Parts: sequence; C-alpha cells; structure tokens
Amino acid sequence: MSTLVGIAPGRRRKDRLMRGVLAATTLIALVPLALILYELIKRGIGSWSADFFTTDANGNFLGDPGGIKSAILGTLEMVGLATLIAVPTGIGVALYLTEYGRAGRFGSLVRYFVDVMTGVPSIVFGLFVYITLVLSGAGGSGFAGWKGAVALALLMLPIVTRSAEVVLLLVPDSLREAALALGAPRWRVVLRIVLPTALPGLVTGSLLAIARGAGETAPLLFTAAIINGTSFDLSQRMSSLPGRIFADVGQAQDRLVDRAWGAALTLVMMILVLNLLARLVSRRSRLT
Amino acid sequence: MEAGSLTDPRGSRSGLGRLPLTQLQDRALRWVLKGLAALILALIAFFFIRLYIEAQPAFAKFGVFGFTFTNNWDVSRNFYGALPLLVGTIVTAGLALAIGVPVAVGAALFVSELAPRQVRGPLTIMVELLAAVPSVVYGLWGVFVLIPKLQPIEQFLSDKLAFLPFVGGHVPGPNYFIAGLILAIMIVPIVSAITREVIATVPADHKEAALALGATRWEMIRMAVLPYSRSGITGAAMLGLGRAIGETIAVTLVIGNAPTIGKQIFDQGYTLAAVIANEFGEAANNPTHRAALIAAGLVLFVLTLVVNGLARWLVRRAERGKVAAPVADIQANAAAAGG
Repeated sequence: MSTLVGIAPGRRRKDRLMRGVLAATTLIALVPLALILYELIKRGIGSWSADFFTTDANGNFLGDPGGIKSAILGTLEMVGLATLIAVPTGIGVALYLTEYGRAGRFGSLVRYFVDVMTGVPSIVFGLFVYITLVLSGAGGSGFAGWKGAVALALLMLPIVTRSAEVVLLLVPDSLREAALALGAPRWRVVLRIVLPTALPGLVTGSLLAIARGAGETAPLLFTAAIINGTSFDLSQRMSSLPGRIFADVGQAQDRLVDRAWGAALTLVMMILVLNLLARLVSRRSRLT
Repeated sequence: MEAGSLTDPRGSRSGLGRLPLTQLQDRALRWVLKGLAALILALIAFFFIRLYIEAQPAFAKFGVFGFTFTNNWDVSRNFYGALPLLVGTIVTAGLALAIGVPVAVGAALFVSELAPRQVRGPLTIMVELLAAVPSVVYGLWGVFVLIPKLQPIEQFLSDKLAFLPFVGGHVPGPNYFIAGLILAIMIVPIVSAITREVIATVPADHKEAALALGATRWEMIRMAVLPYSRSGITGAAMLGLGRAIGETIAVTLVIGNAPTIGKQIFDQGYTLAAVIANEFGEAANNPTHRAALIAAGLVLFVLTLVVNGLARWLVRRAERGKVAAPVADIQANAAAAGG
C-alpha cells in the first residue's frame, strides 16, 4: 500500500505566491483604464451641452470659448477620406499576399515591410506628408484637410493590411479549390468567393483601423493644422477633435481645459463605439 | 501528354481553355494587386529618400554624427545637436519597458494560463481597450491628474532614495518618470496581445507533460511556457519599445520640453518625437531649424525601423515554431528545480 505523495509545502506556497503575483499584474494593467474613464466622465460630462456640440471654437480671450462642432465634423471628414484611401488599398495588398504571394520572395518582402510600417511613428507620417504635399503647396494651398487625411491613411494602411491578411488566410482553401474546380476563373474566385466569405472580418479590421486613425493627433499637426472657427472644406485648414484637445491643453486656462475634457470624452466615446461595432461584426463571422 | 494539356489551358485542347477575356481579367486583377503591394515598398523607400533630402541642410551643417551625438539643442543660436533628445527618447522608452513589460507579460500569462475560462474574454477586451484611448487623452490625463497626484510621492522618493544614482533633488511636475509611466500604460496592450499570441503557440503536449510529472501551475509556466516563448516575448517587448520610442503627443505634454540631458529620472527632458511636434510651428520660417527637425524625424524613423525590424523577426520566428525544441531547457529546468 502506498499513498500519493502530496506537493511539498514550499512548492505549494511558491505556486500560490506566483499565481497571486500574476493576478495582481492583471489588475495593475487595468487600473489606469478605470482611472482614465472615471476622470473623463467626471470632468468631461460637465462641459457637454447643446451649445457645446453646435458652436465652434471662437478664440476669444474671455468668456465662452465656443464648442467643438467643427472639430467633430473635421475628424469625421478627414477620417472618412482616409478610410476611402486606406481600406481598399490595404485589402488589395492583403489579397495579393494571400491569393498570389503566399510563398515567394516578393510576397514575404512586402509582408515584412507592412509589419515594419505598423511601427513607424505617426509623427513621421505627418512629416512625410508635410514635405511632399504641404511644402510643395499641392492643390493650391499649404495646410489642408485632405493632406491630413492622407497622413491618416498612411497610418491606417498597414493596420488594415495586417488584419485583412489574417482574416483572408482563414478562408478555407477547399472553398477556393471547389470554385476553381467548377471552372470559375481566378479573379471571380477572389472577388466573389474569398472576399464575401471574409467580409465580416475585413469590416472588423477596418473599423479598428478607423478607430486608431480617429484618435491620432501627431500626423495632423502640420498637415491639416489646428484652427478656430468653422471648417468644413477639405481643401482648407481643418480642425479635428484630437487637435482641438491638444491646442486647449497647451493653453492652461480653466475654460479651455474644460472644453478639452469634454472633447476628450466625445472622442473616446466615438472610438469605443467603433470598437464595439467591430466586435459585434466579428461575431457574425463564421470563420474562426 | 494529357496531363500537360490539363495544366496548360492554352494547350491543344482549347475546349478546356479560358476565354481570352477571362485570361485578361485574371492577369489584370493579379497585376493591380501586385502593384498595390509594390506601392508599399515604394512608399517606404520614398519616405526615406525624401526625409533625407529635406534633412540634408542640417546634416551638411553639423554632420550626421555631429547632429545626432552633440549635446546642444539651442534654437536661439540656431545650433542643433540632437543628443539630449536621443537620451530623452531612450530614457523614457527604457522606463516604459521596465514598468510595462513585466505587467504586460504577467497579465498575458494570467489570462491565457490561469484565469477561469469565463473571464478570459472580458479581461482580454479590457486590456485591449487601453489601446483605444488616444495619445492626446493620455496626455490630458497626465497633465491634469497624474502629475499633480504623483508629484508629492515622487518628491518623497527622490529625497529618500537620493543615495541611488540618477535620483535626488527637486522634482518638477513634468519629468522623464511621468513620461515613462504613461508610455508604460500605452505599451501594455500591444506587449500583452503579442505575448498572448506567442504563448498560444506553446504545444499543449509540453504543458501537459509538465503537469503530468507533478509540476504545479507555476512550475508548468516556468518550465514549459516561458522557455518555449522566450524569444517571442522578447520580440513583443521590442515592439513595445518601438511604440514607446515613436509616441509623440502624450510625451510632449508631460515631459517638460527642456532640451537638456536631465541628471536624474525626475528631471525634465525632451524626446525626438516631442521636439518635432512642439517646434515645427515656429520652425516654418527658419530653414536650418526645419531641416534639423526633419533630421530628428529621420533619426527617429531609423531607430524605430531597426527596433521593429528586429522585433518582428523574433516574433515571426517564435510563431512559426522555428525555435529549437526546448526539450533540453525543460530537462535543465527540471534538474534545477530539484523535484
């Protein structure tokens, strides 16, 4: 007769301790999120009012500093244009990588540089657009909303590509082979079979890229600039929510800082909604 | 011969061949997509060349090494040596790694190996939500919440720990440490996400083998999970480093924007990215200043390319499982653990 030997007390203690440590790190990682959301809601909700969303920053030295209407519209317009550029291009590159360039040197080179591009600091994209489009006065003006959109698109492109590639790789090869065996030409397989199958995943990836672009300040500073007053014209200087917040924080006046908190809450809400949408769409995907 | 005609639709059996129009469409789609892919490579090359050309006036005046490693950034004298910025970038990114990576890896291990199945999803989503908060909002929070709350604590630490190198003296509100702390928060989601991916590639066999031999959960993590994913976790940390180096707006708001090398971690400083964001407006009419800022951008670009290139290589290698089978490691660890 022999009994099972239990785990030595020392080892058991160490196991408990380390489990506790790992659980604690998870909590520590989540504390800042809770703190930031708490402050955002506490300080931001006070500045929300009908006027806040329907008036523009006026730049007055005293009194009501105005709201964030044009900043919201500017963000929507620029991010919208950036999406129109980045999403088709990014999905196109991802299609090349999964449908034609899975093996081979060119494919892996592109894949590697897309990865590297995700790590390029956003301010460098801003500098690049400044050099190529703003300095040269392309389109007849210096700073312009559409140039900000180009900078955002450059930033979003690798994100869209990476996420799209992951999703396209999940489309089963048997589906492609079945279509090809039925005599469908390659282009039809790609556009009619692969793309629709992967659609929910592609939408999810694009929404996350849009959320990322919407929060970026650095690429807009010297491409779209930051202005007071109304701006809807993509060929002119344009406000944006992140730009508005950045400008207001730098002013260190209570009434402007209040507006910054209100704008920040608005921006974070927009981004959270995009994230939520992305998760809802991805639930509809049958690919796992 | 039949096989040949089957694989080659243009062969003698034209009945099986594609219509010319279809062939054209096939080729068109292929080349359009390939063109888009080539565009990425062209863009990066074009980036580099344009930045270099525009930075040329600064490099011509101060030399590439002179610009990068001279400790003197003086806008009023129109003299630009980027060493204080480089040091600031490295110090803040280093602090971010020191604080952020243990937390991120710990959280990843907890979520993938220890947490009850029902809470894994929600925990993952919450950690990833940290990445959804924009940089400028971190900056806003840093300036008006974190700096005033932490300043007394930092001053206390600075006084009590003055015997350590790089600690001591008066603590200003914005400083390297605050910037490093905010960067640490910002890199946690990416480091944690990649670490989770890498941990997921650890074969279940290894983990089950460790448990079957009587290892506790922690011993299983230490002997089976960590050795196998070590290089992938290193890659994840380096991706975080790349993020921290390039982060601009949050850092600009909380680092104090003093173009000098701080003597301690609670001193004010500057980073490459922050100097560009801050001084670009005033530099528009001064060609040397503008070139110097673009040169700073180029240094930043090259730095992130090197760090990210290395990081991606490590993560790729780990995820493809090309890491040498860690059986030897397991045996060595088991021996070291002493049963």
